[in-house]
Amino acid sequence: MAGRPFFRGRKSCPFTGPNAPTIDFRDTKLLSRYVSERGKIVPSRITAVSNKKQREVAKAIKRARYLGLLPYVIK
Amino acid sequence: MAFYESVIIARQDLSAQQIEGLTEQMTAVVTDNGGKVEKTEQWGLRSIAYRIKKNRKGHYFQLSIDAPSKAVAELERQLGLNEDVLRSLTVSIDAIDMEPSVVLASKGARDERPRRDHDDRPRRDDKRPAPAAAAAPAATDSKEGEA
Repeated sequence: MAGRPFFRGRKSCPFTGPNAPTIDFRDTKLLSRYVSERGKIVPSRITAVSNKKQREVAKAIKRARYLGLLPYVIK
Repeated sequence: MAFYESVIIARQDLSAQQIEGLTEQMTAVVTDNGGKVEKTEQWGLRSIAYRIKKNRKGHYFQLSIDAPSKAVAELERQLGLNEDVLRSLTVSIDAIDMEPSVVLASKGARDERPRRDHDDRPRRDDKRPAPAAAAAPAATDSKEGEA
């Protein structure tokens, strides 16, 4: 079992399961965890968000950007 | 009829009465076309993340609407015509949540919670003085030292 020393185990999706947060484009505090320092959307292979929820997160971030709640780019 | 939510950003140099008037005007547009505004929320003057029509700030408000699509089309047309409206976004929703949205909920709690970023420098969007976060970094530093 200890063949891979740096294997951390698969993190589960933060939006699945009980008391998971709802994805809302107004919730900038939640969404800001899924954008990089430059303001780019972080890929789900890094954040471990499931495919379905990643699509929702991406949509919410894009809506938030349109309304000026999140920036498009951080310079 | 279907449920919609419309978030509207108005110009920053409008007075509170003008915002009130604009809200009523848009509510009237919906009701005249056979819809109903179930809930309105004033988010107040917020800074926008980037400049929109040379404005850095804007008055945000939100209408939760139960209306036919015709009324929403008319509302969006009026919002586009209105010079005081910088931007608006209407999305359809499954049900209207009568609780205050996250924006209003977090507004009250923002000052009470300790900051979670372990950084004692003020952020660019930060209006509060820097020393407020000074206690948190000290605690984490000592923990790292033990390990």
